[in-house]
This record gives sequence, structure tokens and C-alpha cells, in this order.
Amino acid sequence: MKVVLEHLTKRFPNRNKKIHSEVTAVNDFTFEIPDGKLIGLLGPSGCGKSTTLNLISGLEKPTSGKIYFGEDDVTNMLPENRGIGLVFQNYALYPHLTVLENIMFPLENLRGDKKLTKQVMREMAYETAKLVQIEKYMDRKPSELSGGQQQRVAIARALVKRPSVLLLDEPLSNLDARLRLQTREEIRRIQRETGVTTVFVTHDQEEAMSISDMIVVMKDGIVQQIGKPQDVYDKPVNLFVAKFLGTPPINVFRGRFEGGKLFVGSECILAKEGEKDRPVTVGIRPEGFIPAEDGVFTCDLRSIEVMGRDRSVVASHSECTGAEIRAIVASDCDIPVHNGAVRFNLKSAKVYTFDELS
Amino acid sequence: MGRKSFKGWLYLLPAILFLAFFMVYPLIDVLIYSVEEGYNSASQSFFSYGTYNFSYVLHDPYFLQALKNTFILVIITVPLSTGTALLISLGLNSIKKLRELYQTVYFLPYVTNTLAVGLVFMILFKKTAYTDGLINLLIHTFGGESVDFIDGPYWAKMFVMCFYTIWIVLPFKILILTSALAGVNPDYYKAAQIDATPKWRTFTRITLPMISPMVFYLVVTGFIGAFKAYSDAVALFGTNLNAAGMNTIVGYVYDMLYGDSGGYPSYASAAALILFAIVLTITFINLSVSRKHVHY
Ligand SMILES: Nc1ncnc2c1ncn2[C@@H]1O[C@H](COP(=O)(O)OP(=O)(O)O)[C@@H](O)[C@H]1O
Ligand SMILES: [Mg+2]
Repeated sequence: MKVVLEHLTKRFPNRNKKIHSEVTAVNDFTFEIPDGKLIGLLGPSGCGKSTTLNLISGLEKPTSGKIYFGEDDVTNMLPENRGIGLVFQNYALYPHLTVLENIMFPLENLRGDKKLTKQVMREMAYETAKLVQIEKYMDRKPSELSGGQQQRVAIARALVKRPSVLLLDEPLSNLDARLRLQTREEIRRIQRETGVTTVFVTHDQEEAMSISDMIVVMKDGIVQQIGKPQDVYDKPVNLFVAKFLGTPPINVFRGRFEGGKLFVGSECILAKEGEKDRPVTVGIRPEGFIPAEDGVFTCDLRSIEVMGRDRSVVASHSECTGAEIRAIVASDCDIPVHNGAVRFNLKSAKVYTFDELS
Repeated sequence: MGRKSFKGWLYLLPAILFLAFFMVYPLIDVLIYSVEEGYNSASQSFFSYGTYNFSYVLHDPYFLQALKNTFILVIITVPLSTGTALLISLGLNSIKKLRELYQTVYFLPYVTNTLAVGLVFMILFKKTAYTDGLINLLIHTFGGESVDFIDGPYWAKMFVMCFYTIWIVLPFKILILTSALAGVNPDYYKAAQIDATPKWRTFTRITLPMISPMVFYLVVTGFIGAFKAYSDAVALFGTNLNAAGMNTIVGYVYDMLYGDSGGYPSYASAAALILFAIVLTITFINLSVSRKHVHY
């Protein structure tokens, strides 16, 4: 089922009661989540991701704006009637119930003509457990499971009543790095198999990029950019998005356009016809650097780090706004160094200019 | 014994000595007293060892009355006070703004002296030549017959006693339960709400199991406390509890030692040991029940 958010805004009274101004957690959010897709909601902590999710789930009421599930206006519908599954960051599994009881819990609440027999509930619970591959642990208590297994139980509990929308709030942040990688693939697989429209909240750009059909980048409650992960990475609309996506992060420099050429310091790094003369901020992705004897861009070399498949060239430049420059180059590539200086040619597609001055 | 555990024992030594002197020794003493038949406190002599003291106590109508009173008190006040405290705590938990104010109000009886509260209860319930007392006034306005709750029929006295006991223990229980309820992660309730869990089911399947260790603690201490009731009875009915028919087991023990009919440490010890056995049994039952229903 598609989910439509229309001019969704949520303001909270300030938590600090002495301050009377309001906090706008979500500001004029408009977006149509296509049916059956996995959407990554991405942004730094406090940017309003959880609030957006809570608005979709109905746990919070929007200050203004509308929410549609399919064609139905659910803006004023209670959360229990929306038919959603929600997975919490800390899983919120009932600790005194076994895995089976946890997964069956939502089914036992069904009333009226939707009421199920114990037998059907068990079958559904087992079916869902198989989907997330925890059917071996049905009689255990949550405390007897690893973090990753608990996460699967939480997903099973959210999925068992066949929700039309699945919402996950930072579902991987309590797992260690390896499990995080594994579980996010798992979530992707489960989402594909069930085809449930899914919103996945995370502050980890890599996580969002790797599993989402589309990502929504937020900052201070305002949507910055929406698009396919690769598109957003390749064509960031502003400096914030450019900086937020990518590891290592984009390298940022003070630069200027002059006579149709892009300058950083005294060096012309690119020709860009038709640009008005003005100061700009230049962003260069780490993979946009090509070490070359006669390169157009000169930096002071600090060190070269070997990382297996490729190498990381750490350098500095007087116009760089960050602490250091990081360039990723293939490990078989020559890195000519003269008097502690290294020169690069640049891939023009990996060089971005922004009018915002940082 | 390793160096570490030796050190541990050394640190514990003062506490162990203290306990041995003030708890273990008296306990053994009580045990010995209880089996010394015909003990004379003046000459500090006795005839023989045996179980006569127990048999005497168990046939003493005053003890049987005290036993009955204590059991009624326990059976009525423990569930009622815990249940009421739970209801009030649930209420307090849902109205956040009033919580602090109410917590203070409910806590007043706890910091007020038992005897002072007893005095207030006397004034409320007692019928004298001059006045019927406030409660009787109320009963009158609703068209009832006035009752002397302090010197009147047994059920009336028992009612005051239970009411008073519940009143006294309520604040502590409310305090414990409100903090237990506040400690339940709100995410559980959100998850339950999303899954359309009815209110009652949320309470029985989520809230109650979550706070079960605290409820269990209150039930166990409640049982023990009610079995040891004494000062409450004195506060309401004066020191001659046997005459009032409102004695408790601890009251009986006290009377056997220091009361008008006192001077019988052997009977007192036997009664104390019977009480000990009862409390021990009840606590064991509590523990075995808890194994099924308490989730840590
Ligand atoms: N219940 C609330 N009351 C007041 N302010 C809130 C409340 N919930 C969230 N906020 C504020 O709204 C903003 C967004 O919060 P949140 O959606 O939790 O961010 P995120 O999940 O992206 O970290 C934050 O500034 C936060 O302090
Ligand atoms: Mg959050």
C-alpha cells in the first residue's frame, strides 16, 4: 500500500518549560511512498526521523498536514486501526513471554470476525518465524537470545499480523558492526519476500544507502533531498547532503568561479563554461582524485594508508575546510610525490560546487 | 580458603559478630526457654524439658483468640491494601501533573506516628457519653444505627483494626508501586497500542508481570508485617487487649512477658516460636507461588 504524506508538520512544546517557543520536529514533509518499496529515512540525530515515523504510525498527531494509506485519509485514525507493524530500536520484546508468545501477542488481540483459533495463530507465528529464521528458538525468552535474534523476533512480531506498512526505528543501532551488516541484508530480504511497504529510519548513511529503494535525507525537520541512493549520492542538492553521504566523507574546499573556470587557491581545477564569477564551496568525493605527475590540483601529502583493495591518500590543502583531505585510489596506482607534495587530476563528475559558503 | 575470601570474611566479621550477639543468641535462648517446663523466673529454675509450653499456649483461649484475630487481619489487609495501593498507583501514574502532590498526601500517614494516627482513628470511631464520633454521625445521616467501633461488637472492632492497618501500610505500598510502574519502559505500551491490545489485557499481560517482583515484595513483607501487628491494636484499643478481645500473637507474647498476667517467658517463647513457624510457612508458600508468577 502506498503511503502519502502531505505537508506534514509536527511542533512540540519545548521540553525546557522555561522556554515558551516551540520545537518544529517535522516541517512541511510531503512525499509519496510507493507501494512495496523500502524507504530509508536518513538524517543526523534530532532531525525528526522518529517523529515522522510516529506520525505515520499514529503514536503522534500531526500539528498540520495529512496522511493517506492508499486512498484512505488516516490522519485522525488511532494507531491500532492503521494496520502497521512497528519495530523499536530497543526491540521492546515482552521479557516475560517466550518468543512464540511474543510473536502471537498481536494475533491474540484480534476480535470479532477477525478472531483466530489458537491453532491458526500458532501456524501464522511459525510461518513468520521461519521467514526471519528464528523458528528454532520459539520456546526461549528474549533474554536468552543474542541481539540479532531479538531483532528478528521484533520484526516477526511486527510482521505476523500482515501489516500494510512496516516501520523500523533505528533497528540496527543496538547491534555490533558485523551483525549490523548481516541483519540489514536480512531486513532487505524479508522486505522483498513480503513486499510490505517499509520505512526504515537510520542515522547511518551507509545503512540507508545499501538497502533502500529510495532515501529521504532530513535536517532540522526539513526534507533536504529524496531520491534513489545512487542519485542522491551523485547529485546532492546542497552541501549538507553532500557532506552527510559517503564514507570517507566528501572533501570540502573554498573556491571560486573566474572566467568560466573553477579555482581552488591559485590552481584552476576544472573548466566550467557559463558560470558567473563568484565564490563557491567545492566538494570533491574521495574517489574523484587521480594521482598524476602533471595533476591540476596540488596538496601536501601527510600519509598513505593501505586498506587492502585500495589505498587512502591523506593530504592537506590551505583552502580545505576540514582537518584533512582523504582520497581513495586503487592500490596498484602510482602516487608520485615531489617535495612532500602530491598532485591529482580530478574526475569532473565527482566535483560539486555549492553556492552556500561554509 | 583463598586470600580473597579470607579478606571477605574479615570485612564481614563485625556484622557477623553483631548478628550473632543480637540475633542468633536470643533466638537460641527463646528456643531453650520454650522447652523448659515449669520455669520460675524468680528462682531461675525449671522442672524438666518437654513440649508442655506449646500445648499450654495452643489450648489457651486468649492465644486462640489472638491467633484468630491475627489471621483475619492478615487475610483481609494484605490483599486489600496491596490491591488498593495498585489501583491508586495506576491512577497516579496516568495523571502525571498531580502525581507529586498526591504522593505527598498519601505519604503523610507514613511519616506520622502510629499512635497519633491511632488517636485520630479513636476520635473518628469512638462513641462516648458526649458524642457518637464522626463516623457514627455519617452513619446517622444515611439513616443507619450507630455502632461503637472501639468498645462495641467484635466485627466493628475488627473493621476499625483492618481499616487502620490498611491506612498505615498504604503509603509505603503506593510509593513502591508508583516507582515500579514509572520504571516500565513506555515502548512496551506503544508496542501494545500498535497491536490493538485492550486496556485490561495490557494490564494483566504486560504491566502486572513487569512489576511482579515489587508486588511480590509487598505481599511478602505485608504478610510478615501483619503477622507481627501489635502496636496498631494498642493504639486503638488500649493495653488490655485480651479484655477487648482484640489481642494479636505478638500482643500475647508481650502480655506473657510483661503484662498483668505476665512473668511467663516459657509460654511467651513457645508462642513466639509458633508465630515464627507460621510466618516461615507462609513465606515458603509465597516463594513457591512466586516462582510461577514473578518475572525478574
Ligand atoms: N515529545 C517531545 N516533546 C518535545 N520535543 C520533542 C518530543 N519528541 C521529539 N522532540 C524534539 O523533536 C526533535 C526531533 O526528534 P526526533 O524525531 O526524536 O529525532 P530523531 O529521531 O531524528 O533523532 C528533537 O529536537 C526533539 O528534541
Ligand atoms: Mg530517533
